[in-house]
Amino acid sequence: MNGRRKPWLLWAASALVYAFLYVPLVIVVVYSFNDSKLNAEWVGFTWHWYDVLFHDEQMLTAAWNSLLIALTSSAVATVLGTMAGYAMYRYKLRLLPVLVLTPIAIPEILLGVSLLIFFVLLEVTLGMLSIVLSHIAFSVGFVAIVVRSRLSGMDESLTEAARDLGATQWQALRLITLPLIMPGIVAGALMAFTLSIDDFVITFFTAGVDSTTLPLQIYSMIKIAVTPEVNAVSTLLMLVTLVMIVIASRLSPGGLRGH
Amino acid sequence: MSTRVQKWILSGPPLLYLLVFFAVPVGIMVVASFRYAGEFGGLAPLFGTGDPDEVAGLTVESYQRFFDDRIYLELFAKSFVYAVLTTVACLACAYPLSLMIARSPKKSRDLLVLLVILPFWSNFLIRVYAWMIILGPQSLFTRAFNGLTGAFGLEPMPLLFSPIAVLIGLVYVHLPFMVLPLYANLEKHDPALLDAAQDLGANAWQRFWRITFPLSLPGVYAGAALVFIPALGIFAIPDLLGGTDSMLIGNLVKQQFLDARDWPFGSVLSIVLTAAAILFAGLAAWFGRPKRA
Repeated sequence: MNGRRKPWLLWAASALVYAFLYVPLVIVVVYSFNDSKLNAEWVGFTWHWYDVLFHDEQMLTAAWNSLLIALTSSAVATVLGTMAGYAMYRYKLRLLPVLVLTPIAIPEILLGVSLLIFFVLLEVTLGMLSIVLSHIAFSVGFVAIVVRSRLSGMDESLTEAARDLGATQWQALRLITLPLIMPGIVAGALMAFTLSIDDFVITFFTAGVDSTTLPLQIYSMIKIAVTPEVNAVSTLLMLVTLVMIVIASRLSPGGLRGH
Repeated sequence: MSTRVQKWILSGPPLLYLLVFFAVPVGIMVVASFRYAGEFGGLAPLFGTGDPDEVAGLTVESYQRFFDDRIYLELFAKSFVYAVLTTVACLACAYPLSLMIARSPKKSRDLLVLLVILPFWSNFLIRVYAWMIILGPQSLFTRAFNGLTGAFGLEPMPLLFSPIAVLIGLVYVHLPFMVLPLYANLEKHDPALLDAAQDLGANAWQRFWRITFPLSLPGVYAGAALVFIPALGIFAIPDLLGGTDSMLIGNLVKQQFLDARDWPFGSVLSIVLTAAAILFAGLAAWFGRPKRA
């Protein structure tokens, strides 16, 4: 009965792995409502930690910074990445694909420290500007790849038809190609936004002393002690991510696959 | 507009940006690894009144220091062991899961994959923090664990700030990187192969080890590279979950840039780290290359 025993084992093992993935996050959420300073025993329900969170000036500033950085860097990275993706699809290029792909393939810490040296040598004050510039540098490649793969799934004859019917190259790009690859661009933009708002390592090296982002703030808090305020901010962040995923999947069905 | 002009208008801006904010910084770091350290940290100034050799010269001192002192090579070896253990543990968790998803009805596969990615979309630090709670000294899990080992007459031991905690964190954070390529591979297997093997008398064990597993090797290698490379350079997990003895190569890099401010040596460490990662990725790509009969 070999053939039958195995699926059962497979299901049990898989269920365990799913539990391994989810139980920790559920614990974070549950303890954010716990009326106790310790993340140890359930005492009673409270909104207290959310109240603390919304009165924590530093945390609010950090969240605002993160949002600003993510919006600016993803906007620029989307434009540059779309151009790069389109150029890589349309022309035979040597240097650009290398420059687009290597930042993704190397350890994050290398990019972080080399940007640190770069900014300090150029005497750029480490802060919001250096963070935004660094985030663009690592996001461009991701946008370019998504746009490039969307383009390769496109029917080339549509652009040719438009050209045959008298559209200029620019019109064909604007009226045919761009709308067709829009889901790819949107998916790339969302990816750049998420990467930026989540980034810890590169921000850690390029942030300097005065500016802080949400991940940096969370890091410095949990480095000192475990506090349910972090549970509260984590719960809210997870909620925001979940909402963004739902929006993304509505905008571009299939856009989430392959990530 | 000629094609040439169009090509430059399109590829120029991203090319320029990545040259300035990626290629040049990495280039500067390579140069920095051959420079002397500055008196007050950072790099020795290029112009100035200091020791003329140090101002203008290049040196392999930092490389020598790395290869001469056993401490650094040992630290590297330790990081390597952690990364390998993480990769193996991820493989052990990911394989049954990926196989189960690949053998599920087509309709439910996307949902099951999404369920693997979903936790991965929450912030990396939140996922590490979750384990700080679970493994904390007062947590239910720790007390249950020590109760259990106590029943066998073992001393209670702290779970947080230990190598075990670091390993759990590393596996937890990197698991999806193993599941996705593995699943993408397993999904493509032709079930007729297994039917044929069964008809020819192979039992489940034989069918797995002689058909499914060998066919899945490209997925295994791809996943291994995706887990191994980030795991090798990580510093936040040993920082948060590890004790004083859990320092890895990433922590040393961080220390050289932020505390010791010895940039040349920090650069050497980052370069060696990257070289090791790229070497490993190259090996994985070579082993996982599509084979032609």
